[in-house]
Amino acid sequence: MTDRERVLDALGTVYDPELDEPITSLEFISSCDVSADGDVDVRLRLPTPQCAPNFAYLMVADARSAVRRLPGVGGVTVVLEDHYTGEEINAAVGRGEGFSEAFPGETEGELGALRALFHRKALVARQSRLCEALLAGGATPEEVTARRVADLPDDPEARRCIELREHLGIAGDSGAPAFVLPDGQPIAAVDLRRWLRMAQLVRLSLETNGGICRSLLRIRYGIPDPEEVAA
Amino acid sequence: MYEHDGEQYFVVDSHIHFWDASPENWVKGQEQYAKGWIECFHAYQSLGPPETHWPLEKFQKYSEEDFVKDVFGEGHVDVGVFESTYLKEWYSDGFNTTERNARLAEKHPGKLITNGRWDPREGEAGLRQLEQDAKRYGLQGVKLYTAEWYNGSRGWSLKDPEAAPFLEKCQELGIVNIHVHKGPTIWPLDKDAFDPKDIDVAATSFPELNFIVEHVGLPRIEDFCFMATQEPNVYAGLSVVVGGLMHARPRFFAKVMGELLFWVGEDKMLFGSDYGIWEPKWQVEGLVDWNYPDETFSDYPAFTTESKKKILGLNAAKLYGIEVPEKYRLPDEAGTPAARDDAELVEGRA
Repeated sequence: MTDRERVLDALGTVYDPELDEPITSLEFISSCDVSADGDVDVRLRLPTPQCAPNFAYLMVADARSAVRRLPGVGGVTVVLEDHYTGEEINAAVGRGEGFSEAFPGETEGELGALRALFHRKALVARQSRLCEALLAGGATPEEVTARRVADLPDDPEARRCIELREHLGIAGDSGAPAFVLPDGQPIAAVDLRRWLRMAQLVRLSLETNGGICRSLLRIRYGIPDPEEVAA
Repeated sequence: MYEHDGEQYFVVDSHIHFWDASPENWVKGQEQYAKGWIECFHAYQSLGPPETHWPLEKFQKYSEEDFVKDVFGEGHVDVGVFESTYLKEWYSDGFNTTERNARLAEKHPGKLITNGRWDPREGEAGLRQLEQDAKRYGLQGVKLYTAEWYNGSRGWSLKDPEAAPFLEKCQELGIVNIHVHKGPTIWPLDKDAFDPKDIDVAATSFPELNFIVEHVGLPRIEDFCFMATQEPNVYAGLSVVVGGLMHARPRFFAKVMGELLFWVGEDKMLFGSDYGIWEPKWQVEGLVDWNYPDETFSDYPAFTTESKKKILGLNAAKLYGIEVPEKYRLPDEAGTPAARDDAELVEGRA
């Protein structure tokens, strides 16, 4: 594996906190260069110049941390391009400072609560897809809610659920319930249908947002659209 | 008015603009923001059908003739509501001010309604300005743009204590329609800018006012729906939903419409084209023609001719007291005033 591939792999662990998708598959990396000395230069691009500064900051800061954790890298520069608060964000991240230092006086604190809020939404959305697949396969609500983490399929959706649970401090050991509320309590069989009705809407919101972001990024940077406008 | 399959639809476009984002109007030193803003809007236009895309130059500043043709001529719009957006930090004469909108409205009596604006960060001076604007333009509504920059601040929230006197003033002046845009920057920046919860607080405190959430809180449809379903005076403004999704993401559009019809209901949804981002013609025609794509959507409420008539015009006509000719009304409501007017008659305040 080349150095550049290692860096891209590391960037693949950085998620858009709002969409819960890796910034690599969202095509937010506009360039990634590794010099002979191991210095890394990464450029990020977003669907619009007005994308929310808080989420933008998190992606830039997370990308920098992910690359810096790689053994053997030299200097790491991550630059957000073409964004209306890019200057402030790049300067703060470059100095290793927090979000509140990027925007003095304009925040009440750091972004931990914001990140947790979107981790909860993402967990709801992903769990609902797993539940629906089980129900579609003929499982009863009782069977679905009786599942343990160990019963989950070995696929990206389920693995991401476990990651999100770790972030949220919800136990994810193999004996823990597979489907949980934000407080870690299992979803009761009798509540499953109602929970799914709400979860469906959360998921729609995330998916629609992701769809609009993809469309706008393609338009902004002239990237061809593989799933060209459906009629 | 749009006629299709023997049905006639009275069209109120609750969200239109007449802006000037040409380079001559860019504030010196802020050009990158002024340019970025309008180019971002222009990208949104690309989500509509290709034959409706404009060159950037026209998009920056379209003429009165364009407006009249696109909105009234080909666009089927009977009455349009101007939503003002100032952005004076970036545009010298403002982007789309009440004044600029009102000049055009004067030339088309009865066909254009001009909404004003306020910003709680302007304090006492802002309150006095609102009173003057209310008198001068006969304001029935305002468009609030919580993401606007002001003296180094990049936004505000309806929950801010500074906003309450302005909402009280609206109530006092009869400015009953509060359109709120949820934007990408709102103070404080460490919170979710699109979260519509601040509207929840205001809607509960000011039950006499109608809160129209523009773009239905996209991309926080779930937060908006859970809130709107509990607040009788919160409405869904469909601008961007129709323009941004109906053509570009038809299956998402179907789900979003289904969810809105389920949680918010057809009596509280208002069509808005967001012209000049998108022309109303294809949106009105598309909506009248629209239905769920297949049976996988059968759990959602039906989208009937009656739903279309309400959403395209009758709901907004009620909010703005627009006289709808008898032939366009729904049979059961012909000649029936809005419920609120009834209540006022009973209480002797009308």
